[in-house]
Amino acid sequence: MKILVTVKRVEDYESKITVRPDNTWIVTEGVKYRANPFDEIAVEEALRLRETFASSSASGGPSEVVAVSVGGGAAVAEIRSALAMGADRGILVKQEGFVDSDAVARVLKAIIEKEKPDLVLMGKQAVDVDDNVTGQLLAEYLGWGQATFASKKESLESPEEKARKPGLFLAADKKAMRVVREVDGGVEVLEVQLPAIVTVDLRLNVPRYAALPNIMKAKKKPLEELAPQALGVDPSPKVKVVRVDAPPARAAGIKVPDVATLVKKLHEEAKVV
Amino acid sequence: MATILLIAEQAQGQLKKATLHALTAAEQLAEKNGGQIQAVVIGEGALSAAKDLAAYVQLVHFVEAEGFARPLAETHSSAVAQAAKAVAATDVVIAASAYGKDIAPRIAAQLSAGIASDVLGIVSANQFKRAMWAGNAIATVEVVTPVKVVSVRATEFAPAQRRGTTGATQAFAATARVPRTKFIEFNQIKSARPELTEASVVVSGGRGTKGDFKPIEQLADLLGAAIGASRAVVDAGWQPNDLQVGQTGKVVAPKLYVAAGISGAIQHVAGMKGSKTIVAINKDPEAPIFQVADYGLVADLFQALPAISEEVKKLK
Repeated sequence: MKILVTVKRVEDYESKITVRPDNTWIVTEGVKYRANPFDEIAVEEALRLRETFASSSASGGPSEVVAVSVGGGAAVAEIRSALAMGADRGILVKQEGFVDSDAVARVLKAIIEKEKPDLVLMGKQAVDVDDNVTGQLLAEYLGWGQATFASKKESLESPEEKARKPGLFLAADKKAMRVVREVDGGVEVLEVQLPAIVTVDLRLNVPRYAALPNIMKAKKKPLEELAPQALGVDPSPKVKVVRVDAPPARAAGIKVPDVATLVKKLHEEAKVV
Repeated sequence: MATILLIAEQAQGQLKKATLHALTAAEQLAEKNGGQIQAVVIGEGALSAAKDLAAYVQLVHFVEAEGFARPLAETHSSAVAQAAKAVAATDVVIAASAYGKDIAPRIAAQLSAGIASDVLGIVSANQFKRAMWAGNAIATVEVVTPVKVVSVRATEFAPAQRRGTTGATQAFAATARVPRTKFIEFNQIKSARPELTEASVVVSGGRGTKGDFKPIEQLADLLGAAIGASRAVVDAGWQPNDLQVGQTGKVVAPKLYVAAGISGAIQHVAGMKGSKTIVAINKDPEAPIFQVADYGLVADLFQALPAISEEVKKLK
């Protein structure tokens, strides 16, 4: 089974994010970058599926995991980190500056038509623009089925997770993936015919760390670079960012000495109990 | 003439409250673009929900045909796109619930529309405010396509008011597309407590509970509150996924939010900082949660929460 995973370069959520004085974007100087955490979960799941298939005849042969990023030249680092986790090869579609989610989806469509994967795994959202739309747009552009917000029934502290078992699994007929989804009010199970788009949520798995020897090996794995235009895609956006502001600050609160004072304040001052 | 198509969400014929919040966003958009609002509701029970919605919207289309019973993204997005084309919609508005997030981008793709997702405010006919970087920045985005899809964060818009007159309901004959997805099962989390995103009081527990939610539940029941949880709690399997408050979970804005044993990671704060009054209870005086709390109490939650319950009982 060929699995394509996406890896977006994003600001590290541990870095302090501040808005530029001219309100055009955030300050990027001094900010650390990393792979989108949701995408790392997608990479991990792809690797677990590959490992499962390697030890069974379930998928009809060995699997390949291809990591794709759409972004500036610096995103090579995030592709390399996916390769260090264990992905087989990488593709960077190089486009500097802001690329909207719709353009990313159209670029990915072109890549997928070329690569013909059986399964595409991607983070449900990237933690920079927090759009949560690319996977769904891509599924529609391809005319494929989708399972968004993939999770699993077992917790992240379960024996299944400790044994690195995949949360997704092939349906009985081997032509579909069975996916547990986090939705409002409960958990839904869908079967989505392959090829399919699956976007992953937080509780699908805990991604592995890349071991040092694998980081070295990753430097030698194939990484192809190309431009959106080479794929016949015009990357101009349908949605532009025209201004960025700091969020309204919350007024500083107070510390109360004891429970009696707290309840008194809530009753008399805030009038909420 | 602008036409705004509101997508209603329903389950078993019951209109979801988030729809009425999304309607307010649609009304604000109508003020900017001079448009008229129609609605569409899809799935098993659509007619019943459409009748309820007709108290708020002049014309409600419903799609209840067999191929649309379950809320599959492929079929429901297709029904909306067909309806949007039939009424020449210039804008499609939907609540950014799990359902809305699932289907809205597919609608946009079918309409060649740009999509502004999880919108906090309507700036103009084509500009919208939305949070980025876990709410550390608020962007104004412009959708440059003639047709626009907008999903809205329900907690940022008050519920719409009923109109004086009752609107019409009308069956819409959508062509069912054969989906590539099959519904297997839905395991509903049953709770007698109010829904997290709709509750006026939320009591949340974090890692400090060590998995013991009894004091949280006790106070929540006394206050008629919903229960929330930090990511750590949900990751550990101590509470269901559905209760996670945060950037990637539920965004809540109750009148009172009580955070007990929650350190206050930025991802959690992004999901609750819109609350009117925030109370933080934590043993660690340096916990970042105290920076967003109106009232902070440095204490062990296992002592403080039962004591709060006792004090509140005295008031009643």
